[in-house]
This record gives sequence, C-alpha cells and structure tokens, in this order.
Amino acid sequence: MSATTMGSGAIPGPAKDEKTSLALGRSRHRANVIVKTLCVAATLIGLVFLASILFTLLWRGIGGLSLAVFTTSTLPPGSNGGLLNAIVGSLIQTVLGAAIGTPIGLMVGTYLAEYAQNSTLGNAVRFVSDVLLSAPSILIGLFVYTLLVEPFDGFSGIAGCLALAVIVIPIVVRTTEDMLRLIPNTLREAVIGLGAPKWKMITLVCYRAAREGIATGVLLAIARVAGETAPLLFTSLGNLNWSVDLTKPMASLPVTIYQYAGSAFEDWVQLAWAGALLITFGVLAINIIARVVLRGGK
Amino acid sequence: MSQTTVQPQTESKSFGGVQARGSAILNKARIAISELDFFYGDNRALKGIKLDLPERQVTGMIGPSGCGKSTLLRVLNRMYDLYPGQHATGQAMMDGINIIDPKVDINALRSRIGMVFQKPTPFPMTIYENIAFGVKLHEKLSKSAMDERVEWSLSRAALWGEVKDRLNSSAMGLSGGQQQRLCIARTIAVRPEVILFDEPTSALDPISTLKIEELIDELKVDFTIAIVTHNMQQAARCADQVAFFYLGEMVECAPAAQIFTAPKEKRTQEYVTGRFG
Repeated sequence: MSATTMGSGAIPGPAKDEKTSLALGRSRHRANVIVKTLCVAATLIGLVFLASILFTLLWRGIGGLSLAVFTTSTLPPGSNGGLLNAIVGSLIQTVLGAAIGTPIGLMVGTYLAEYAQNSTLGNAVRFVSDVLLSAPSILIGLFVYTLLVEPFDGFSGIAGCLALAVIVIPIVVRTTEDMLRLIPNTLREAVIGLGAPKWKMITLVCYRAAREGIATGVLLAIARVAGETAPLLFTSLGNLNWSVDLTKPMASLPVTIYQYAGSAFEDWVQLAWAGALLITFGVLAINIIARVVLRGGK
Repeated sequence: MSQTTVQPQTESKSFGGVQARGSAILNKARIAISELDFFYGDNRALKGIKLDLPERQVTGMIGPSGCGKSTLLRVLNRMYDLYPGQHATGQAMMDGINIIDPKVDINALRSRIGMVFQKPTPFPMTIYENIAFGVKLHEKLSKSAMDERVEWSLSRAALWGEVKDRLNSSAMGLSGGQQQRLCIARTIAVRPEVILFDEPTSALDPISTLKIEELIDELKVDFTIAIVTHNMQQAARCADQVAFFYLGEMVECAPAAQIFTAPKEKRTQEYVTGRFG
C-alpha cells in the first residue's frame, strides 16, 4: 500500500553522499576490529588459566597415580596408602545422592512446567528452587547436619548422600522445567487431541521429547556434586578406613583431598594431587558424555 | 432455514478457474451448533454461532485472520479445556449430547472428534508407535489386530506405500508432507466420526497440499469433516458447504458453489472476491 502512495515522488531527505557513507563504513570496520580483538583476548585469558590448571594437575598428579591408588585404602603417612576407600565412598555418595535427588527434581520440574505455569504456588516453588541453586553448599551441609547428624549423634554416609541430593534437586528442577518448556504446545495439543489424559501426555510424549535435555541436566548435576567438599565435611565427615556402611562416616575424594593437601607429609600431598586429577577427569568425562548425549538427540 | 440447493448453472460453479466440486445437496447434521459463544477471558471471540456440520461431507471454514474459525474447531473437541480462562456457552449437539457440557467425558469425546493441526506434530517415537499411541488409549488390541489397524490407517492416509518398510524408524525423519499424512493416519486410526482440520496444508508445499486435498476427498466417504483454510481455492476444491466467518460471527453458510458465485451477504462477496482479508 505504501508503495502506491509513495509512487513516483522523490525520496525525502538530502541526497546520498558517497563520502559520508564510506567514512561510516570505515568507522564500522574499526569498531568491528576493536570488539573482535577484545573478545579474542578475553577468551585467551580464560583459556590460559584453564590450561594452566589442567597442566599443573596433570604434571603433579600423574606422578602419584599408580595401581596402589586404586587398590589400597588410605593409610598412615609413609606406609604407601591409596585412595580406594575415598574413590568408592565418592561413587556411593554421588550415585545415591543423584538417585535420591533426580526423581524429586524431575517431579518438581514437571509440576512447574506442566501444571503450575502461572500459579502463585508454582512461582514460589520456582523462586525457592532458584535460591537453592545458588545457595552456598556449606549451608546445605549445615542443614543436613542439624537434620540428620546432630539428632542421631553421628556423621554418616547417608547424611552425605542426602546433602548431595539437596544440591542435585534444584539443578534437575531447572533443566527439567526448561527442557519441557521447549516442547511446543502444538505437540501437547496433538496428544490431548487424540483423547489422552494429561499424565499420559507428560510421561509418554513430553518426557520422550525432552529426554536428551533432561538426561544432560542429570549428568551435569552428577558432575557438580562429584566435586563437592563443603556439604560432606558436616555430614559424611570422611573416614581413613575402608567402610561402605552408610550409617558410619564415609570417605570421599574431595574431603580426602582437602585433608591431605594441607598435611605436612609429602606422600599424602602427592595422593591429594592424584585424587584431584581423578575427580577432574571424572567430571570432564561426565561433561563430555552429557554433550554426546545431547548431540545424539539432535 | 438456509437454502440447500443451487440452480445448476454451469458457469456459476467455476471460481478462479477452480471448479467447486462439492455436492450441492447437504446431508443431515452430524454436529448441530447453535447460539455458541466463546470467551478468551472477557473477550468474546465467537458470537452466537449457528452452523450444522453435515454428515460425511466437508464443511470449509473461511474468513480473515482472527475471525474465530480456528476457535470454533477448538471448541468442537474441547481443546480450550487445556487453558484456564477460556470457556464456551451454547450448544454443539452430537447424538443428543452437548459437546461443551462440562460433564462430558472429554477423552472419549476426543476419540470421536479427531483433530489435525496446522503444523505436522509427529510424536518422538517410531512411525508404528505414532499410530498405535492413540489406538492404545481407547482400545485393547492384539498385536496382529494392531498391525492391521496401523496398515489400514496408513493406507487410508496414502502413506503406507512410502513407509511400510520403515515402520520402526523414527517418525521425525519423514518429510513435512509425510509427517502431516502421518498425523492424519494417527487421527483416523482412533476411528473418530468427525475430523477437524485446522489449516492442514499451510505449512506444506503444493504437491503435498494436493495429496492432502485428495485425501480429504476420500476420507469424507467415512468421516464428517470440517476444514479451516485461508486458501479460498482450497475451500472451493474440498468443501461441500462453506461457512464465512468475520469478527467472531458466522456471516453466511451455504453450498460451496453458492458461496463463491452467488453469496447473499455483501461481506462474503467482498471477501471471496479478494476485496479484503
């Protein structure tokens, strides 16, 4: 319509000036070069620190890695101990923590995305969950300490699992809700339009559509809690002996690193480096798996 | 009541070079809508709609964007129930039951009134599972009976030949036109009595569109069909009866040939001749 009203009339405003337009082009080019340089420089600074950490870890950690690290438990200084109890303890607490936290997080995330989009309760739950997501993990340790350690008069592996579960929940809530919200409503309507009840729509179609994203969230949550130290200090405490009893204090890699790295014994410090290397590469592996899972779905 | 026949004037059946192919004789109503109002919150989107969907025939619904034609489809299978704040009043009678009565079992209702959407929406599962999904909601079939049903519905949707060798591969790998025919197959697999098409070809290329239109022609042997479309030629090609909607009102409803050649209302004439909308 505007084309017909403008018609044959001249274009309003002064005529286009060749010089001005070239000058503008040059200044845009300069701005582009400056911004690009700043971005690349910032990236390089970040990468240098990361590379330096990984390199130091490899340099100092690989020397301490030996078969004994995986086959012997922690022993007194100078007696050639390993990290077996810490590795197993970490695995137990991480796996159990994720196993407890994931279903709860999944259900809360589903509630937020599918049932409570604009409800007051939903908004309150989402807010609390987001606060929990960024809460200092030592507070979560203290919370479980008051809840499970003090009343039962003792540190325990199960308390450690629960502390980790509390950290897992908000992460899984967030990713589950985000991933479910990415599903277009047209897909939901198509399922409902066939006469499916809402719970079948969620469990049979929405979960399947969001499968990769939700799995990625769970893996990232596992990676996060695998390296947590503070919540375990107040709950499972650490244990220098071999123990898989959930009612007794339980060793874990992060706590062992914390204790050993600050000690005066050289072989303990060496073991702490080895443990740090193990955790870092374990977490790196989980992150890589998460990416592969996510890409596999696309 | 509205006139159900037109004079057999040969030239009057052509519209933009397209013949209105539909029947000029309309069957008795499968769904009879009257005094139907619909509200998005306080906004009255449908005003006193009166319309019959004739049995085993195609009703085309045309009108400019926002006129309420898609809204009417969403009322007929209670899709609006998903969204709080939307509600309908009035009658949409099917077998003596008012569809919009809150006491109606909506899951059973939706198995009788299926819907095909604008964008193809394959479920993230195999082609076979896509078809079986809806059937399993309402029937318990043996494996062989289910196989038969899947083949039947894919054949009715003119897709069987293209997918019979890859029933167990993901439905997401199909082309847009194939996905839309899969959605049609999924809808008819439940064996509804009425099928609602909400602009089923607006996301498809011309060849896929043609296939879907041919399919609608074949499906009306068994099903009562309502189709919302922005494409007036499509309405002329597919529909027996065409209803023109404007600003939430049903302005005029008549056999397709009449709507496109001798509409009674001035607004209908202006719309079908492309003067607005």
